[in-house]
Amino acid sequence: MATWYMLTVIGQDRIGIVAKITTTLYQQGCNLGEASMLRLGGNFTIMLMVKSEQSMSQIEQGLQTIINELELNLHLTQIDANLHQHHLPNIKITVSGEDHLGIVAQVTSLLADHQVNIVDLESDVAGTENSPIYIMRIDGIAKGDYAKLQQALNKLQSQGIIAKVQAIDTLIG
Amino acid sequence: MTILNILKYPNPELKQISTPVTDFDSQLDHFIQDLEQTRQHGPAAVGIAAPQVGCFQRIIIIDVSSRKNTHNHGHLILINPEITEWDGYVIGREGCLSVPDYTGNVIRAETIKLQALDPNGQTLEFTMQGFEARALQHELDHLDGLLFIDRLVSRRTDLFQRQPKKSKKSKTSK
Repeated sequence: MATWYMLTVIGQDRIGIVAKITTTLYQQGCNLGEASMLRLGGNFTIMLMVKSEQSMSQIEQGLQTIINELELNLHLTQIDANLHQHHLPNIKITVSGEDHLGIVAQVTSLLADHQVNIVDLESDVAGTENSPIYIMRIDGIAKGDYAKLQQALNKLQSQGIIAKVQAIDTLIG
Repeated sequence: MTILNILKYPNPELKQISTPVTDFDSQLDHFIQDLEQTRQHGPAAVGIAAPQVGCFQRIIIIDVSSRKNTHNHGHLILINPEITEWDGYVIGREGCLSVPDYTGNVIRAETIKLQALDPNGQTLEFTMQGFEARALQHELDHLDGLLFIDRLVSRRTDLFQRQPKKSKKSKTSK
């Protein structure tokens, strides 16, 4: 019986990582599911759902040549796929400020306190090396009014963190 | 009235370009009733286009009046709709009855001017903005064989959403 795995791949960014990993998986008869692949700093990162009749070690063995060649770090975990259950975010939070310790922790702790479920978070360190800024965008599911959340986030302004909550008004047509 | 079957992607018929309506008769009225019934039957759709139910004529229905604080013209049945002017742009999230379990970000004009006919063949003109303009553009795309997934932009594109451009000079389609 086929099993779903979450495949994590990390390595120094270079051309061909996605092509070589996915081609090898294809040749092994793996079916790919949802994925997040992006460059974080100078690293290329892959989170990829993989469905396969093979065992975890067989998949790892099949990828070993590519992993060695491209000097990648690989991890596999068995998962429940739970596909076709996308949760629709109803708020987005944009966060920015001079980069310093604790921005993500403070913002996300407030979100958790206000029962916001994060469905997507992406962040970048922008600016310059001497004057870095932190930019984060979060999509979440809030129950009810988010005015209180905005009030709580406003208190972070004293630390130079600007966090703005906006409704995501999804159009279905 | 009948609940019509919604064509789902990747059904190639959704790529078909619809033809203008020429006969404003009881058959058209009957179809519009079924189309509206189908829209209401689906999950909270603010619009529907005839090709979504396999009728390749330029007919759409939109109604964003149930949404709070949303500029709107009520329930609209629009035959042979055409955008004559548009201005500004905004990114917003869209989903579609024809693409279940997926939403994504799409850039649309913020304000549009629209010409269309009503079910009796009488000319209608509207200036639409915001969510209603988005709904209109989404449905109009169906008439031209386009889905919102043809217009997706990167999730990272809306890090800082730009304000709609307030240019005095509107772009026109002609």
